[in-house]
Amino acid sequence: MPQVGDGASNGDARELTKKDVTSDQEVRWCPGCGDYAILANVQSVLPKLGVPRENFVFVSGIGCAARFPYYVETYGFHSIHGRAPAIATGISTARPELSVFVVTGDGDALSIGGNHLLHAMRRNVDLTVLMFNNQIYGLTKGQYSPTSEVGKVTKSTPVGSLDHPYNPVSLALGAEATFVARSVDNERQHLADLIERAAQHRGTSFIEIYQNCNIFNDGAFDGVRGNKPNQIRLEHGTPIRFGAEGEHGVAMGANGELEVVDVAEVGEEALLVHDAHRDDPGLAFMLSRLAHTPHGPTPIGLFRQTERPVYGDEVAAQLDDAVARKGPGDLQALLRGRDTWTV
Amino acid sequence: MTTKPVERVDTVTVRFAGDSGDGMQLAGTRFTSVTTALGNDVATLPDFPAEIRAPAGSLPGVSGFQLHFADHDILTPGDSPDVLVAMNPAALKTNLGDLERGATLVLNTDAFTPQNLRKARYESDPREDGTLDGFKVHEVSITTLTIGALEGYAELGKKEKQRAKNMFALGLMSWMFSRPTEPTREWLREKFGEQPRVAEANIAAFDAGWAYGETTEAFDHAYEVAAAELPPGTYRQITGNLAISYGLVAASQQAGLPLFLGGYPITPASDVLHELSKHKNFGVRTFQGEDEIASVGAALGAAFSGHLAATVTSGPGVALKTETIGLAVAVELPLLVLNIQRGGPSTGLPTKTEQADLLQALHGRNGESPVPVIAASTPGDCFDVAIEGARMALTYRTPVFVLSDGYLANGAEPWRVPDVAALPDLRGAVRFAVAAGANGENAEHGFAPFDRDPDTLARPWAIPGTPGLEHRIGGLEKADGSGDISYDPDNHHRMTELRQAKVDRIAGDIPAAEVDRADPGARVLVVGWGSSYGPIAAAVRACRAEGLAVDQLHLRHLNPFPPNLGEVLRRYERVLVPEMNMGQLRSLLRARFLVDARGYNRVAGLPFGTGELRDAIADEVAAAEGRGEPERSLS
Ligand SMILES: Cc1ncc(C[n+]2csc(CCOP(=O)(O)OP(=O)(O)O)c2C)c(N)n1
Ligand code: SF4
Repeated sequence: MPQVGDGASNGDARELTKKDVTSDQEVRWCPGCGDYAILANVQSVLPKLGVPRENFVFVSGIGCAARFPYYVETYGFHSIHGRAPAIATGISTARPELSVFVVTGDGDALSIGGNHLLHAMRRNVDLTVLMFNNQIYGLTKGQYSPTSEVGKVTKSTPVGSLDHPYNPVSLALGAEATFVARSVDNERQHLADLIERAAQHRGTSFIEIYQNCNIFNDGAFDGVRGNKPNQIRLEHGTPIRFGAEGEHGVAMGANGELEVVDVAEVGEEALLVHDAHRDDPGLAFMLSRLAHTPHGPTPIGLFRQTERPVYGDEVAAQLDDAVARKGPGDLQALLRGRDTWTV
Repeated sequence: MTTKPVERVDTVTVRFAGDSGDGMQLAGTRFTSVTTALGNDVATLPDFPAEIRAPAGSLPGVSGFQLHFADHDILTPGDSPDVLVAMNPAALKTNLGDLERGATLVLNTDAFTPQNLRKARYESDPREDGTLDGFKVHEVSITTLTIGALEGYAELGKKEKQRAKNMFALGLMSWMFSRPTEPTREWLREKFGEQPRVAEANIAAFDAGWAYGETTEAFDHAYEVAAAELPPGTYRQITGNLAISYGLVAASQQAGLPLFLGGYPITPASDVLHELSKHKNFGVRTFQGEDEIASVGAALGAAFSGHLAATVTSGPGVALKTETIGLAVAVELPLLVLNIQRGGPSTGLPTKTEQADLLQALHGRNGESPVPVIAASTPGDCFDVAIEGARMALTYRTPVFVLSDGYLANGAEPWRVPDVAALPDLRGAVRFAVAAGANGENAEHGFAPFDRDPDTLARPWAIPGTPGLEHRIGGLEKADGSGDISYDPDNHHRMTELRQAKVDRIAGDIPAAEVDRADPGARVLVVGWGSSYGPIAAAVRACRAEGLAVDQLHLRHLNPFPPNLGEVLRRYERVLVPEMNMGQLRSLLRARFLVDARGYNRVAGLPFGTGELRDAIADEVAAAEGRGEPERSLS
């Protein structure tokens, strides 16, 4: 059976540095854009992954965020609006040994490309999806996006948007993505840690990254930045607490819904202990519903990480299995078929 | 072997017609198999409704399968059946108009009930009101006889027994045309391997049909069609969709690249997805995307990753894939886009044929976005065209459109099994870049993903996993050479010219247009493309038999055209372009070569009949001889 990738490295490359994964292209985001911090973060994480540089592929759609591949010195494909998950699915399925990232915006991923994203996650294609959520369309200069809050005034909604927004983490959990997380552009260590774990996870990893668009939607996430009282940091195996002094917590209410409680009142034992590895995504989904927009108590961190067969591996296994059962294809026998006659 | 007298005939057209639940496609396909195995030349035309099950007995529910077989090489499934097997009144009504008086009708009289006659909108019974005068009518109680033959099968219900009536009809036709019976029995045994009793029941129905022909006095003799004199070789029967699938597998093997097919079910293209899904042991990855956009996107991703990538669809699917194909043009990666055309616009006639997506293939993208286009002319030719498409895509690193259509997709013909050793070797077309400068470009400025091979103008194919060639591609315009994003006006102009020049250059790498000439004095040239090859060639043959001087040219390469095409066209006084569209190739020829090409255009969802084309060509010859202009509203 023909194989590709004789040139593919098998991991014996020298240690990479951040410089090695920085391209010579001039970065052209607006000064102050949250994208810079995310780029720097990814560039600092890539060398830690133990993957040779040539085995990284960054695929993006269209938008400010989608310019990302030009700035990393890896293989890159800046494609068309919304379709990055589809193209990346082809890459990952053809070459499961590659480490494939999808960089996308909230409009790109959830509006025009919503369908592809859902299907990549449901198939559990081995991808790391970094979705930069600025709750706005940046590149087309400020229209509302599928994550914008109801009533958002933008160029295309001068009297306020009517659309109910998506909660990207809920959406990813609904599609049963096997790694679902949320972070914030300038939470350096938090974000770096999640990207590293997402990249190492086999299957679709989805990270929603709150990203400030200082031009069209400045300050949208200020309420959850940097240990603000509204930020809930999910840590696997620990009780869910938040607030300036950790005075609040999340508990399972009597009515089957999660409740925000005062720790002093209910005691730490009453708090929900976060379990990111539950197979059932239900509880993670409930956590994701705590905040619909980043204005109420908003969890960040890893919501869910589970194991499920990886699409590209399964495709490859079917090919191997077919060869084991029938032997490698014999073209002449195929063309000949069974019912022939000779003239 | 029959004991009745046998008459030798040289060519026969049989049509099976019945309700879409009656198994006519199966009977027809099976008849075709034994017929090709006998060495006859064969052409088939399956014709079925878009509905899976229209109301039983209704006119829209009629499904037909026509096959033409002969002791010489034939080119079409035949204009007018010699024998029509009609399983119910609706089948008679929808098909009778295609028959000439004198043709044989086999009617399943059991189905001629008042209710069925009403459903077929007959006011009176056509068997009694003179409608069938002049036809040789055989009234056979096919349903009753089938049930009778299955008396011993107590475990089968009446419905199941009735279902075997297509085998009865097949048995009768097998008797009438002296087809061997054992292969069909064997095939039934295999088909129902898990249910031996069902296999036996079907065989019993088949045998009953044969015995009926042999014993009833209604049929006083059988017919025989001798084997055709085809070029020596080993033959099998093949449909266009099977041939295109095999062509892709062959191209993958010959190129030494794994095949990746992205598909999304759509009639009449789905069978290619189905077929390729069976060949995983050839390293074939098939991906049924969530839609056409995902399917072509995944294929493009696979192309970037170094696979032989293809996507298969029909016209409405191409419409969705358009933006991605444009991206493939921009990033200059090999990608096969197989369009099995059907009737349009929009959803149009899903199960009918048409060749009206030529301009879509050529121009259906934004911006200057040249894509090579080739088309298959017969079911077997689909195999060669798939390989040729792969060769062009790999050599020039470009998306390539391969056009087939519903008629080729489902139509069958005998196919000489190619010798694998004689297939084109595509390994030379695959050159993965391994180092900067590997494409013949200068290596001084490091790896430049848009430097070009001086011969083909192809850019390097540097696949992920190759150390040192990390690079970024995308839809934004790139600087010539370095591939960096560029908004420079002159660069965009240059890149536009280069992309065009790359496609134009293919003209130097394809065969010259070769005219089929019978008479050095011909003043009329008939130019065609795609599946109309058979009817056009048959019509040209008919004209020549009448002493008319006419030449024929059939185009496989539609973009770029063969290099000598203009010169060839200008040699003729009149150029006639028959097309199952409103004149798409004609307008290209007129625009490109300033020749006064005329059209014969019919968009009916069916292949051309030989007769209508014969008349059109004869008119053109008459006009060339100064005997008046043909009256054709569309030309
Ligand atoms: C088919 C298509 N439709 C529309 C556009 C225009 N367009 C480019 S980017 C964009 C929205 C991007 O928004 P988002 O994904 O949120 O990214 P951001 O720019 O905010 O990073 C749109 C509508 C396009 N390029 N292609
Ligand atoms: S428009 Fe917004 S998202 Fe885009 S680069 Fe500028 S700040 Fe960043």
